[in-house]
Amino acid sequence: MKEIKPFHEAANPLSDTAARIRQTGRKIIGYPCSYAPEELIHAAGCHPMRLFSSGHGIVQAENHLQSYCCSVVRGILEDSLAGRLDFLDGTVFPHTCDSMQRLSDIWRMNGAYAFFADLVLPVTLNTPSSAAYLESVLARFKADLETALEISITDADLAASIALFNRIRTHLSFIHDFYSRHPGLIRGSDMNALIKGAMIMDRDEAVTLLADVAASLRHMPVPDTPVKRVVLAGSVCDTPDLFDTVEAAGGAVVGDDLCTGQRWFDRLVPEDQPPLTALANRYRERVICPSKHTGLTTRADHLISLVNHTRAHGVLFVMLKFCDPHAFDYPYLKECLDAKGIKSMALEMDDGHWNQGQFSTRIETFIHML
Amino acid sequence: MADTPSTPPKIKAAKKMRDLMTTYYLEALSAAQNHRQVAWITSGGPVEPLVAMDIIPVYPENHGAMIGSAKMGEDLCAKAEDMGYSGDLCAYARADIACAVVRGGPIGGLPKPDMLICCNNICGTVLKWYEIQARYFQVPLFILDTPVCHTGYTPEIEAYVKAQVHAYIAFLEQVTGKKMDPAKMNAVGRLSYEGQRLWQQVLNTTAHKPSPMSAFDAFFFLALIVTLRGTQIAVDFYKELIAELEQRIHDGIGVVPGETYRLLWDNLPVWHRLKWLSDRFSAHQACLVADTYTSAWCGALKYMDENNFLDSMAQAYTRIYLNIGVDEMAEEVLKMIRFYDVNGLVMHSNRSCKPYSFGQMDIMRIVREKTGIPVLMIEADMVDPRSFSQSQAETRIDAFMEIIKQKRARP
Ligand code: SF4
Ligand code: SF4
Ligand code: SF4
Repeated sequence: MKEIKPFHEAANPLSDTAARIRQTGRKIIGYPCSYAPEELIHAAGCHPMRLFSSGHGIVQAENHLQSYCCSVVRGILEDSLAGRLDFLDGTVFPHTCDSMQRLSDIWRMNGAYAFFADLVLPVTLNTPSSAAYLESVLARFKADLETALEISITDADLAASIALFNRIRTHLSFIHDFYSRHPGLIRGSDMNALIKGAMIMDRDEAVTLLADVAASLRHMPVPDTPVKRVVLAGSVCDTPDLFDTVEAAGGAVVGDDLCTGQRWFDRLVPEDQPPLTALANRYRERVICPSKHTGLTTRADHLISLVNHTRAHGVLFVMLKFCDPHAFDYPYLKECLDAKGIKSMALEMDDGHWNQGQFSTRIETFIHML
Repeated sequence: MADTPSTPPKIKAAKKMRDLMTTYYLEALSAAQNHRQVAWITSGGPVEPLVAMDIIPVYPENHGAMIGSAKMGEDLCAKAEDMGYSGDLCAYARADIACAVVRGGPIGGLPKPDMLICCNNICGTVLKWYEIQARYFQVPLFILDTPVCHTGYTPEIEAYVKAQVHAYIAFLEQVTGKKMDPAKMNAVGRLSYEGQRLWQQVLNTTAHKPSPMSAFDAFFFLALIVTLRGTQIAVDFYKELIAELEQRIHDGIGVVPGETYRLLWDNLPVWHRLKWLSDRFSAHQACLVADTYTSAWCGALKYMDENNFLDSMAQAYTRIYLNIGVDEMAEEVLKMIRFYDVNGLVMHSNRSCKPYSFGQMDIMRIVREKTGIPVLMIEADMVDPRSFSQSQAETRIDAFMEIIKQKRARP
């Protein structure tokens, strides 16, 4: 489908996308995590751009981060130090895991971009005091943007940005749902590209293209080849090869609990509330990352309901080496799946690199078991 | 080598402290028989309300240190790995998670908790770890969320943590079915403040040359300010210890015979290699006079109001060493370098502890630029010996000491 092509190309190379955005006069603010309030950045007249590790070898980051740090954090720092992110005007670091926390410090201390902000979100998201705190943190970030850019962000600006991002989420949810019900309609790597691309490219462009993709889908012939339905769970998945391998083995990814997936676009920001409250409320209600807390069984409950909802046959955990929050949750999540008779397998990726041979065999075996 | 004076006398208070800790653990282990409740709490967590409410606080991290010292870390960590926990996770957490199931370790496991108190001012690991234990023991978990102060303490953080201090007390009142006695809370707060002030004084004695004790001793004596903070026992003990250390200073007794070089240690101790490390450095007439770790239990004194403990608690517990930005940590290190007048910095790059270890390389650079003293980085893990190569550490320590000696020799 030709509408998907720009999404695949958004990060290839990233600098071209950035250059086009800069031509429109927008400043680019990068962020490394799905808890960044893109709506606020956008309402400030800037372009929010999700940062992924480009996967280049680690050279300069060696001087700042030991080898037992996850490849997302090391990779992003490397990209910055190597000048591959020189198009950025600033960055914002939402507080999540310990590695991100220290990346933010190291980034600030070696700072290369004009704007910098920490967004020290609460870790517990279900207490009354955290609700108030969360909103005040967003208010502070808004004020930081206003001061740095010498602008003022009105409620109307913010409401317009919220509406725009909600449209992106709505389109993605629709496409994802359609694709999940009819696996094979588009490829998993296409779905992945749509999501990732939408975190990178100009959002007005994204919303138009996504609408086109959604419209085209409705007219496509629905394939009826039986597949083994798989749910992915983990932090980020920036590995299109994974989808191809699953498909080659007779499977399809029909749902996910990933920050580069449904965790990012599930749940709209309420449009009938004061904007900052609304943003805060979405964070409190969206599917959480393991570095946040809303209860002792929230993540397992969600994963099981996701499996049921998507009628998945199994769960594939995609874990990044040295990722503490996800590694801590894994035994419990697996136990809960086992108790329900849901098969699962864990793949641990080192350096984000995709070990074709080793992973293919394991994935094939897993899919055949389902 | 210069002539080596004879081994100095041991610090007498050590025996007393061992006894106090034994009594404490016996009391904790028999809590249920005595109808007392036990709370597991993170090492950086506010223990004072527990003490005020007569709940016995138990520290899995202190227990983890005991496991490490007893060289029981490898087995327990491997057991956790069998349970599905990655070998890259914090070894305190791994050892504790396994220990709860197999009741292993030097004291046959910790007493079962009635509640869990998790304060995330040290790391995100404790959140995940306490969630796991709350599910395992099926007991209530209270999370005191202390936002990290990358560049300072904001009014938003203050309001948030203060609200949680109230929620914490409400939680304790609910779990125990008792009201907190404000007078008792004030008394415990004052004792806590006093204990921390004395602990700082203990640590300060090593500014003296030769140093009457070393960081290795501090790692040992630390257990009391962690576990018995807020009690008269801790206050009395540290007073005695200070008196003994001052006597040693008066008598010119240094802990390292012929102390010639003074070093600062960064990060947690390598519990399973304390003796080896201590001997290795002593052999070079080098004394590890101070460390960034043990001072974490008095570093927030400046934010504490002994007469209004509960109110100042929010700030004091939020602005601790591990919960601030790396640049502020570097400032603290620089202050210690000056105060203790050290010739070198030894950094333990600790695979277990990401919030402590990430950022160390930037601190290293800052220290080199600002002071010119040599910095050594040793790769290890505080509990799990599998990430430690003794021969590699030995070579690096020897080379590092050579550099320090040469620097000293130059006019
Ligand atoms: S897993 Fe957590 S830290 Fe990583 S992107 Fe998602 S929210 Fe952010
Ligand atoms: S959540 Fe995991 S993968 Fe994401 S930055 Fe943290 S350690 Fe890395
Ligand atoms: S050693 Fe580090 S990671 Fe482990 S519990 Fe302590 S502060 Fe957290």
